[in-house]
Amino acid sequence: MTGLRLAGLMWLGLVLIFLYAPILVMAAMSFNASPFYQLPFEFSARWYHDLAENAAIRNAATRSVLIAVATTIIATSLGTAAALALFRHDFRGKRLLKLLLFPPIAIPWLITGTAMLIFFFAIGLGRGTPAVLIGHVALALPYVIVVVNARLAGFDITLEEAARALGAGPWTVTRRVTLPAIAPGIVAGALFAFAVSFDQFVVSYFLSKPGDSTLPVLIYTAIRKGFTPEINAVSTLIIVTSMALMLVVARFFSFGGHR
Amino acid sequence: MAEVSVAGVTMRFGEMTALDDVSLDFVNGGFFALLGPSGSGKTTLLRVIAGFLFPQAGRVRIAGQPVERVPVEKREIGMMFQNYALFPNLTVAENVGFGLRVRHVSRAEERRRVGEALDLVQLSGLGARRPRELSGGQRQRVALARAIVTNPKVLLLDEPLSALDKALRVDMQIELKRIQREVGITTIFVTHDQEEALTLADRIGILRDGRLVQAGPPREVYNAPIDTFTARFLGEANLLPDPLPVPLPDGARLSLTSAAAHAVRPEALTLSPGPIAAAENLLPGRLVSRVFAGSMATCIVAVLGETWKVVARDRDLPQLPENTEVWLGWARADTIPIDRA
Repeated sequence: MTGLRLAGLMWLGLVLIFLYAPILVMAAMSFNASPFYQLPFEFSARWYHDLAENAAIRNAATRSVLIAVATTIIATSLGTAAALALFRHDFRGKRLLKLLLFPPIAIPWLITGTAMLIFFFAIGLGRGTPAVLIGHVALALPYVIVVVNARLAGFDITLEEAARALGAGPWTVTRRVTLPAIAPGIVAGALFAFAVSFDQFVVSYFLSKPGDSTLPVLIYTAIRKGFTPEINAVSTLIIVTSMALMLVVARFFSFGGHR
Repeated sequence: MAEVSVAGVTMRFGEMTALDDVSLDFVNGGFFALLGPSGSGKTTLLRVIAGFLFPQAGRVRIAGQPVERVPVEKREIGMMFQNYALFPNLTVAENVGFGLRVRHVSRAEERRRVGEALDLVQLSGLGARRPRELSGGQRQRVALARAIVTNPKVLLLDEPLSALDKALRVDMQIELKRIQREVGITTIFVTHDQEEALTLADRIGILRDGRLVQAGPPREVYNAPIDTFTARFLGEANLLPDPLPVPLPDGARLSLTSAAAHAVRPEALTLSPGPIAAAENLLPGRLVSRVFAGSMATCIVAVLGETWKVVARDRDLPQLPENTEVWLGWARADTIPIDRA
């Protein structure tokens, strides 16, 4: 028993090392004084200072956050509304529509990005922040619908009927009964939307104008030009923020299951 | 006056006709049971009255007003669901107060009326609990309080007791009847449990294949079923074979009416090892089995090619070995003439 338990713990340890070792090395190096990763380790906050002074990175980070927030708001609202419509109504072609939600998740972003680029040029929108935003919303939407839809599958429709019988109109039913019940699904969907947009490289790279790129695009370009530890610093900040966000959400909501 | 009335209602789902020209009046303050096997249309009828379904044809009136195109939320109904449908994110008091909140009743008034409703269902003091912290019986009481706190014109109950275990169900039947009398609300409930319908309701309606077969006070429907389906569905019924064998076996005698079919209730039969001199109707049979079930016992008897049941107190049924010849007798008044086979 204990032997098996020990083996299990060791296995878990290996998995965690595999997942976190590169990240830890990167975080450590962002505090190393040497720009060439030379040891011995010498603590310095120099790269964070440089980062604070680097307008290009700051602008790209701001743009990334703004686009991610806008994507989250738009994709979560539209996606939740779509999931509710799919849940409540039966209409012609509903099954086909639900089926069509999955391929965009599986199609490689490279292909989607190319298709979007061609499409946006064809309709005269071209490259730029509007194109990036539309592209991100389109990428995030299926995730939100699928996640909210999964939560709705465990939702008891008679709760809506009970609220209606008590005199609540459609809007009140949605606001007071349905949305609170599926809130964990909506939060999870929003988190997906934020992650899809904030992490997005391929589609952003295709659709952004040179000179107003998002953070991932900027990091990619910076690495190609030659590595600077500032990138380590900004990456560390991103990881700390997103992990904190995940922990807060996990603390308040359990995904999928009932509270 | 009829508080709720349904006239010529037809409800189709695609090819399937769930309700076929159903007409029924539900009197003010009455307790009405809709009874039928599954798929008979009883729940569909309840949902048409509630307003979840709009019928293709016919009228639905609540308090004299035609409502067949009025959505649920504007019909002023109270409804209790089979699974109670309590809002899990709200407390008991918030659940009960939901309908009042939606109607913009003042907070003070809401608190007073929620308190009264919880008193009525004997749950005072549990207002701060969440539904998941309650027992099945308590949840049901909350659902009932929530359904009546808005003073609806009609209370609709969809299989209200089916989720409870048997002992609790009997308690809740008595409780439901008490509350219904106290509030005096017109109540319509759907059940597949004929015993429950007979216990609770002052009128019952029997549905089959989307049609109303018979409606009336329980005793009337039980004693004078309109067809063999109703006779069999409401309680047990021993049917005489049609046509009767000619000639009847030696010693048998029957005095029948001209009705299409005849039935005898199991409790109306007397079972004896020899012919019963005083019986107005008498048939020979063969004892198939005898089942003891506490206070009552049941004998299965093969009679004229049919399988009949005899139910009596255990000590009133003679102890006989299986496969012996027995005689079944009953009074003329206990023969139930049935107009439609």
